[in-house]
Amino acid sequence: MTGSILPVDDDVATRSAGRPLLEVRDLRTYFHVMDGVVRAVDGISFSIMAGETLGIVGESGCGKSVTSLSIMRLLDMPPAEIPSGEILFEGRDLLTMPDEEMRKVRGNDIAMIFQEPMTSLNPVFTVGDQIAEAVILHQGLSKKAAWDKAIESLKAVGINNPERRVKQYPHELSGGMRQRVMIAMALSCDPKLLIADEPTTALDVTIQAQILELIRTVQDRTGAALMLITHDLGVVAETVKDVVVMYAGRIVEEGSVEEVLLAPKHPYTEGLLGSIPSRGKRGERLNVIRGTVPNPFNMPPGCNFAPRCPYAFEPCTQADPRIGDANPPDVACWLYTATATSPTPPRVRPRLDLVEALG
Amino acid sequence: MIKYIVRRLLGAIPVLFGLSIILFAFIHLLPGDPAATILGQHARPELVDAMRHRLGLDLPLWQQYLNYVGDLLHGDLGRSFVNNRSVVDDFFVRFPGTVELTLAALAFAVGLGIPMGRWAARKPQSFSDGFITVVSLVGVSIPIFVLGLSLQYVFAVQLHILPASGRIDPRLQVPYTTNFLLIDTLLAGRPDAFVDSLRHLVLPAIALGSIPLAIITRITRASVLDVTHEDYVRTARAKGLTEKRVDGRHIMRNAWLPVVTVIGLQVGGLLAGAVITETVFAWNGVGKWVVEAIEAHDYFVIQSSILIFALIFLLVNLVVDIGYAFLNPRIRYS
Ligand SMILES: Nc1ncnc2c1ncn2[C@@H]1O[C@H](COP(=O)(O)OP(=O)(O)OP(=O)(O)O)[C@@H](O)[C@H]1O
Ligand SMILES: [Mg+2]
Repeated sequence: MTGSILPVDDDVATRSAGRPLLEVRDLRTYFHVMDGVVRAVDGISFSIMAGETLGIVGESGCGKSVTSLSIMRLLDMPPAEIPSGEILFEGRDLLTMPDEEMRKVRGNDIAMIFQEPMTSLNPVFTVGDQIAEAVILHQGLSKKAAWDKAIESLKAVGINNPERRVKQYPHELSGGMRQRVMIAMALSCDPKLLIADEPTTALDVTIQAQILELIRTVQDRTGAALMLITHDLGVVAETVKDVVVMYAGRIVEEGSVEEVLLAPKHPYTEGLLGSIPSRGKRGERLNVIRGTVPNPFNMPPGCNFAPRCPYAFEPCTQADPRIGDANPPDVACWLYTATATSPTPPRVRPRLDLVEALG
Repeated sequence: MIKYIVRRLLGAIPVLFGLSIILFAFIHLLPGDPAATILGQHARPELVDAMRHRLGLDLPLWQQYLNYVGDLLHGDLGRSFVNNRSVVDDFFVRFPGTVELTLAALAFAVGLGIPMGRWAARKPQSFSDGFITVVSLVGVSIPIFVLGLSLQYVFAVQLHILPASGRIDPRLQVPYTTNFLLIDTLLAGRPDAFVDSLRHLVLPAIALGSIPLAIITRITRASVLDVTHEDYVRTARAKGLTEKRVDGRHIMRNAWLPVVTVIGLQVGGLLAGAVITETVFAWNGVGKWVVEAIEAHDYFVIQSSILIFALIFLLVNLVVDIGYAFLNPRIRYS
């Protein structure tokens, strides 16, 4: 490399043109616990362009929340440790940023919605207080202006009578309403990236659809990029453009929603698709992947998924496939290596109801 | 809110009524005879009988009780057998001493316990956490009189840096108006006397406050640790708030709730402990007065002062509960 290709222009817009808004490179997040080390996130890379949407999908415990908390630097260290990786946000590495600067990124540039609306709001402060707090901090508004902004953002997430709601405490609101408040709070500072960690899991089915719809519309309206974490491929189909599938702290498959849902390559993805209940029957598991997530202290040799994989053959128990190794490079599975002799290639099982959802 | 207060006050009536029966029964179970105590060991039996009649002690117990309650309902809490002074009047002469002592002990316990608990919670399992845990365990396990006597021995007898007993040096001659010496000395424009009474307060306040200090430290630590892992604390951090604000506002406002409840519960223990502390430190308060009354079989003083004490205890608890409701919006309107 020569010096001539280094950016010489200080204008962020020019410099970051064509560059992802968020780029995670080889992120590893480990937990040091009594029994040893849990490699909750074990070398993942992905990126999101400004204004784009990315879904992160995987079974419970595969490291989705740890990924988002690593990006926000909200993990307690120790027990957590990030031994390697870069998290570039607008070209700056969040992992090496001084605390004070990271604080300015949180809530302002990157906002987060959590899984548990019932417990994610502070019970002793009014909703308005909690929204206004962030606005005062990041935008330097006066108390009065911040309060007006809180009312405005409640209105923007479809809360009726925001002038009254703003003065209420979280316990006076339903779960769906609280999640709307969380969304209002996250959007109040116009973040460039919104991370939603299973925003609908804790809600009733009917409310789930409304909240997803809301996230979709506000994302569209504000132009913020969206990173949506879920274990439900059905949710992904309706909400995002690209998907990353995680298993045991790794990315096993990635691609556009159409590619991943209609032509899944990894047997795990196929299994996830099989376990989505059909439309209108959500909440009722159809076909769960057999076996359980491997014990973090006793990972199987070779591919982590091999013990559960219906297609496993010899190479799977010998070497560990990493994404990029196979051909095509967007799946981590030995079935796709040029040299391997695959016993049965995974059958592609498009889900008609999901095709419908994709439009 | 007003409705709630009225309901609580009405609820106090049966409690006080029940207490009056228990107290009455208990006092009359005490061995000894007030008439004999007043007249001395060698009084003639006729005189003792005459005295018993004068005091109304020759009536059947149930009648004595009804007379007592009847007087109570008229606002008459009786007179001392010993000096014939009104119990209410004397109570309010003695009570400020107890209030001063109790508040000082509470200020010591809260003022030190909360920062210590927060400090211990900052790094659980660290050396400072372990140290604070041990100190607070020791704190709850030392009886007040042992601690009181030890403090007197070390700081007054050996080191001579603090007075051993009493509320103020009697040579200072400060006029009593409110009987709160910290106030009276200031009203009299006597900073020297103010400092002196403050110095007298130190040892008894530490002796009385050590148990609540230990309990408040423990509960603060546990409560802060609990709240620290709540989802809403993570939300507060995710908003980009400073650690100071997350800690001072989002954590402490919630961590306070159990601490306030426990402080309220400590008031009962403090009033009980005050009886012992006042005796050890010759502190002129209600506790010492009640102990003297028990020794003298001074029935009305014992009964009425304990009843007033109980009423005050109930009122304090009510105030604590209102404070709790104020801090906790979840129960504010229910
Ligand atoms: N504080 C922690 N200490 C130790 N291990 C942890 C900690 N937090 C998470 N883990 C481990 O990291 C792994 C990934 O957890 P994570 O919460 O990211 O899962 P997830 O994909 O978000 O699952 P879910 O769908 O249930 O939310 C799990 O095995 C979990 O046990
Ligand atoms: Mg999670």
